[in-house]
Amino acid sequence: MLLIKCPYCGERAEVEFANGGEAHIARPADPMALNDEQWAQYLYMRDNPKGLIAERWRHAHGCGRFFNALRDTRTDRFVMTYEMGQPRPDITPEQAAEAAR
Amino acid sequence: MTQAFRIPGRGRVDMTRPVTFTFDGRSYAGYAGDTLASALLAHGRHLMGRSYKYHRPRGPVTAGSDEPNALVGVGKGPALHTPNLRATQVEIHEGLTAVSQNRSPCLEFDVGSVNGLFSAMLPAGFYYKTFMWPKNFWDKVYEPIIRYAAGLGVAPTEPDPDSYAFRYDHCDVLVAGGGPAGLSAALAAARTGARVILVDETAEFGGSLLSDRQARIEGLSGPDWVRSVVAELEALPNVRLMTRCSAFNYGPHNMVALNQRLTDHLMTGASGQPRERLWQVRAKEVVLATGALERPMVFEGNDRPGVMLATAARTYLNRYGVLCGRKVVIVAANDSAYRVALDLLEVGASIAAIADIRPAPDGALLRQCQQMGVRVFKSSVVQRVHGTQRVSGVELAPVLPGGDVGKGRHVCADLVLMAGGYTPSVHLFSQSRGKLRFDEKVGAYVPGESAERERSVGACHGVYQLDAVLADGAAAGAAAASASGHAGDVPTWRVDAQDTADFSGFAGALPRRGKDLHSMSFVDFQHDVTAKDIRLAVREGFRSIEHVKRYTTTGMATDQGKLSNVNALGIASYALGRPVQQVGLTTFRPPFTPVTFGTFAGHARGDLFDPDRRTQVDSWARAQGAVFEDVSLWRRARYFPRNGEDMEAAVRRECLAVRNTAGIFDASTLGKIEVVGPDAATFMNRMYVNAWTKLGVGRCRYGLLCRENGFVYDDGVVGRLAEDRFHVTTTTGGAAGVLSMMEDYLQTEWPDLDVWLTSTTEQWSVIALQGPKAREILAPLVDGLDISGEVLPHMSVVEGTILGVPMRLFRVSFSGELGFEINVPTTEGRRIWEAVWQAGQAHGLTPYGTETMHVLRAEKGYIIVGQETDGTVTPDDAGCGWAVGKAKKDFVGKRSLALPALRSPERMQLVGLLTDAPQEVLEEGAQLVADPKEAIPMRKLGYVTSSYFSATLGRSIALGMISGGRARKGQTLYVPMEDRVIPVKLVDPVFYDAEGVRLNG
Amino acid sequence: MQKFSAFSLFRQALGAHQGWKPQWRSVKPKAAYDIIIVGGGGHGLGAAYYLAKQHGLRNIAVVERGWLAGGNTARNTTIIRSNYLFDESSSYYEHSLKLWEGLSQELNYNVMFSQRGCLMIAHTVHDVQVFKRHVYANRLNGIDNEWLTPQEVKEFCPPLNISPNIRYPILGGALQRRAGTARHDAVAWGFARAASDMGVDIIENCEVTGITRAPSGEVTGVETTLGPIKARKIGVSAAGHSSVVMGMAGIRLPLQSNPLQALVSEPVKPAFPTIVMSNTIHAYISQSDKGEMVIGAGTDGYVSYTQRGGLHIPAHTLEAITELCPMFRRLRMMRSWGGITDNTPDRSPITAKTSVPGLYVNCGWGTGGFKATPGAANLFAWTIAKDEPHPINAPFTIERFREGALIDEAAAAAVAH
Repeated sequence: MLLIKCPYCGERAEVEFANGGEAHIARPADPMALNDEQWAQYLYMRDNPKGLIAERWRHAHGCGRFFNALRDTRTDRFVMTYEMGQPRPDITPEQAAEAAR
Repeated sequence: MTQAFRIPGRGRVDMTRPVTFTFDGRSYAGYAGDTLASALLAHGRHLMGRSYKYHRPRGPVTAGSDEPNALVGVGKGPALHTPNLRATQVEIHEGLTAVSQNRSPCLEFDVGSVNGLFSAMLPAGFYYKTFMWPKNFWDKVYEPIIRYAAGLGVAPTEPDPDSYAFRYDHCDVLVAGGGPAGLSAALAAARTGARVILVDETAEFGGSLLSDRQARIEGLSGPDWVRSVVAELEALPNVRLMTRCSAFNYGPHNMVALNQRLTDHLMTGASGQPRERLWQVRAKEVVLATGALERPMVFEGNDRPGVMLATAARTYLNRYGVLCGRKVVIVAANDSAYRVALDLLEVGASIAAIADIRPAPDGALLRQCQQMGVRVFKSSVVQRVHGTQRVSGVELAPVLPGGDVGKGRHVCADLVLMAGGYTPSVHLFSQSRGKLRFDEKVGAYVPGESAERERSVGACHGVYQLDAVLADGAAAGAAAASASGHAGDVPTWRVDAQDTADFSGFAGALPRRGKDLHSMSFVDFQHDVTAKDIRLAVREGFRSIEHVKRYTTTGMATDQGKLSNVNALGIASYALGRPVQQVGLTTFRPPFTPVTFGTFAGHARGDLFDPDRRTQVDSWARAQGAVFEDVSLWRRARYFPRNGEDMEAAVRRECLAVRNTAGIFDASTLGKIEVVGPDAATFMNRMYVNAWTKLGVGRCRYGLLCRENGFVYDDGVVGRLAEDRFHVTTTTGGAAGVLSMMEDYLQTEWPDLDVWLTSTTEQWSVIALQGPKAREILAPLVDGLDISGEVLPHMSVVEGTILGVPMRLFRVSFSGELGFEINVPTTEGRRIWEAVWQAGQAHGLTPYGTETMHVLRAEKGYIIVGQETDGTVTPDDAGCGWAVGKAKKDFVGKRSLALPALRSPERMQLVGLLTDAPQEVLEEGAQLVADPKEAIPMRKLGYVTSSYFSATLGRSIALGMISGGRARKGQTLYVPMEDRVIPVKLVDPVFYDAEGVRLNG
Repeated sequence: MQKFSAFSLFRQALGAHQGWKPQWRSVKPKAAYDIIIVGGGGHGLGAAYYLAKQHGLRNIAVVERGWLAGGNTARNTTIIRSNYLFDESSSYYEHSLKLWEGLSQELNYNVMFSQRGCLMIAHTVHDVQVFKRHVYANRLNGIDNEWLTPQEVKEFCPPLNISPNIRYPILGGALQRRAGTARHDAVAWGFARAASDMGVDIIENCEVTGITRAPSGEVTGVETTLGPIKARKIGVSAAGHSSVVMGMAGIRLPLQSNPLQALVSEPVKPAFPTIVMSNTIHAYISQSDKGEMVIGAGTDGYVSYTQRGGLHIPAHTLEAITELCPMFRRLRMMRSWGGITDNTPDRSPITAKTSVPGLYVNCGWGTGGFKATPGAANLFAWTIAKDEPHPINAPFTIERFREGALIDEAAAAAVAH
């Protein structure tokens, strides 16, 4: 069971959280202006990376807040969590290597 | 029977406390502290089980949890019988009942052993090559026979009466394994004040020190030193010690699962505590001190009862006071053989010979053995073992220069010990995803780089000599404590006497004379995998060790390869001509040792299996004789039978009561969300398909919610209580999902909106009062509130009080009648319900359940999300296109509704269905076709979503989803059933009061 | 190919089994092939087999990054059934089920397809409605599926607890008698052996690191850890790694790779006669030929390629299993493991051409790909050979997400696989 650091509550067990899929996929401001392909890209297509993923979590059984996390999907090791609305953080090669280890 | 092989004064069993138990119906005596295996061995009994495939007679090879052979069923009766327990772990107690397994009619004479005669026809993977002809024999003949022959013990057949528990815990340092390394690590960490948990899978801390008579630490014997360390740990408040507790799963982020066995070793029925407990421990730092396993050796007949690991014999002697045999041959690849020989000699056993595979073994222990007259044959191996149900002797043979094996000599023996060297137990380390590395000195895989905050110490780390083990443990314990924020000194212990570590060993099959084409030399004892099976797999092209494992099933028995994996690897590497390091390892999979299902389930059984949500009216409904149904986690009254009515009769009566007078219905389970804030209307506009801006305060609207994929997700009436406040209702099952979805959009897409969402499902009890008399019943109760149709028309909401209790009163109807939904605070729900009920008595008020609710709404053509819709239905499909705010630029799902497939005229649409015969009630789920004579596969046009007998209409009605259904109204389609075809006419889905006169009454 | 039979086994026994040959050839990759299949699991090996067997193509390689069938083929709970709701799905799975029924004979390799039936049990009124809808839809498609009352459920599977007083009483069940289980490794090995015999090169320990394309866009080959290999067509059948491999050609897929766990008990004598699935309480159980209770757990809710998940997931599964069969509470978990499932938004697969000429993909099988092994392989081979889908897999495109033409079995049935 993962140990996840809620930016608001601190470290808690995974069972308190719900994963919300890949982060930084903003809903288009005017969906009707998109063609079908663009809409499908937004709605369904995902990077599904093997390596670093920026993803959303919700502290569903805690404070209820959504936040983002950077995690390596090869190891499930988190680099960091950060508040919703912040851009995807740049991380150092050392941080990336540590997460991949 | 006498314990002829018990050595008085030896061992740690309590010889003042005799214990009687039975095995296969025979009564035996043992002592408190014995395992089933040690107690049986004390009687000279080695035969304890039968193998899986050839049903060969087997005795214990080990004295611990790695035992593959001595598996027994324990416990009396069909509920308590527990199969496949290792006799080497089962602690005896008075009255213990154990039986052998996988034999018929009895252990000594097992007809299944004929399989052994056909072993030439049953090599690895034989079943892939045969049983294919004739084809229909597989299911009917071959497979049942295979299944009957397979399996080991017998599963219990009655529910387990025992209870199980679980606990979460946190600690600074978790130490897995309570041998010398674990004890020193735990003490080093504990002295710093760090919170320490130390666990050991056996009944006592001490590990190898309990079987070691040579070691002297700080002037104490091994066991005495253990006692002193445990005493110090027990006295510390920051330490939790658990024996009979296995660390079996090392998950991500330092979560280690422990299985604590609490009662099996006690007399049955002697305690009210749980049988086992699952611990999930999140440790800041983990120290693995899991020791090493001695390796068996592979030679013909190595599975015969009386052949066992050398350390096991030493443990039986020094820990249990049991001599496993009197005339002993030892096969050695490691100096431990000589220490065992010396211990056995001390109690009068005769060492017939020691065959050491090494060309030039040397050392003090060897010389000591020779001085005592023991014959040591260097460069020698066992060619074969004699005896069937018990070893009678061995043929020892020299390995000649060049590698051939020479002529052998027969040596009589009743015990053959194997000292094949040690394999570090890296299971937990590997589970944690630490990287293993092959250590040339140790001759085995040892922990390399850790993946978690973890340290391996002692034998599992490839450190074998006692002084180094204690130092390794102490250093790691102190370092772990320090890393968790508790600095302290590294304790040191003076070791006064110890054996010198020996890293030598052998992996693979021992050399033998001639070509090894036919020998039964076992690699995996339980599964009867032989050396020639491994070679066959390689010959057939299975070159990956994972393939070898799967093709031969080596390592897949209940010991999960603890004894077999390294030898299998050795044989495969030899056959492949590649060094062991290049062949690789199979994955170590949890659990380390088997864990009871009940332990995982814990308290989650019966009523505690899932939360059981009940409304305030639940017990009232129960008292009224209601029949209930599960709807998501809620328990809802389905109908209220009177005087022995069945559901059909009760529902007819309830329906008519609502239509003619009034009915009362508990709608409290509906989800409720309060949407509040200056941007509440904007938020609602974006979420729901409907337009909300123009909804007046005090008015309600039927809301429909889609997912972004355009399909209906939920629905419910929404009331506007103020410009900035909406009372949103959802389906019973959808409440949590809708709130999550709302929160998702609000927090992540539109954080600029000033809106608050609150689940109020459990704040409000909801009493639905429906029927022509509803207003009459309600009016006197609402403290003067005007609830006339002019003031409170259909689809409106007002706040007021009822009998002094705050109330939100909705004028809504899901029945098609004049109706109210009275929302009162949950704490007052029961009182108000009963008050309304009382007030209604004069008017013939009738309680009704979900089934009647379904019929009434179907008569009106109202959909139920989840019944008419199924996650593939658009608002328009469901006949709710009118609800969609056409002028809105955007809402969740709008863009998807414009996709080609969601606009197809072929889509299934909601229609009403009428059978020709008014009494014929269609089956829900039944399919409709245009041509009932079409050959299979038939083209299906749709299906029946809801179907009832309508007492109001005096006939059956149904709703269905039909391809292009609205355009087909008036047509007849067909429902092909198994025995007949039912013609069905497509009609409008509103069967009753289409003009809504009653609703607006 | 050495024929497998009781007779050949007997003859080889006389020679101490020294005469058996490798079941498939161990080869070094050639410089170029007509077709390369990426992924040596059951689906990929089967595709190569059918390309050779039915389409007469021989110049084919299967490249596998690890050991053959070491991914989801080796990690599933081997349930085979075709009682799906929608015509698109049920035709696909039924096509596969029919191939299963003759597969041992076709491959001359006993895949131990055991038609022990699959019983999907209903615990709520809603379950009953959903499963009956399946029964009726299946029947009109010629797929066997029948409704059992609680008493009939008990007769068919005695260990089940049908007391009306449990938290989720059993209200009935939908039984597909032709459903069953098979020996997972054997399917892959059988396909490998037969394909290799027809000339297909099977290359293990060969990881694809790139897909090369001509300036005009079509594929020209793959780059691998064993060097570049040219190919005119590439079929990707990489399960949990589909996004990774297809990403090499610049294609994003509607996939999320999640851990899925499973476990087995210690072996016991026959005690559970069929496959039972309960979607309401998330339990899937059958007993293997070896006697182990084979139990599928739920999916962990996040993307991961670690092949493991949290212990709370199988723990929850065992709560459900022991609630259904309370006498199994004293059985013990012997082994547990995880796989990487590639899940689409509608939980239906993709077996299709792609926008890149010469590149084909078979993915998105999520938690239920094993049952489709011969069918998917067969239809994937067709799609690659003819450069167009077979009518059965024609709906299973990537484009369906652009068109909104989802095949949403999960939503429709509230049924996980």
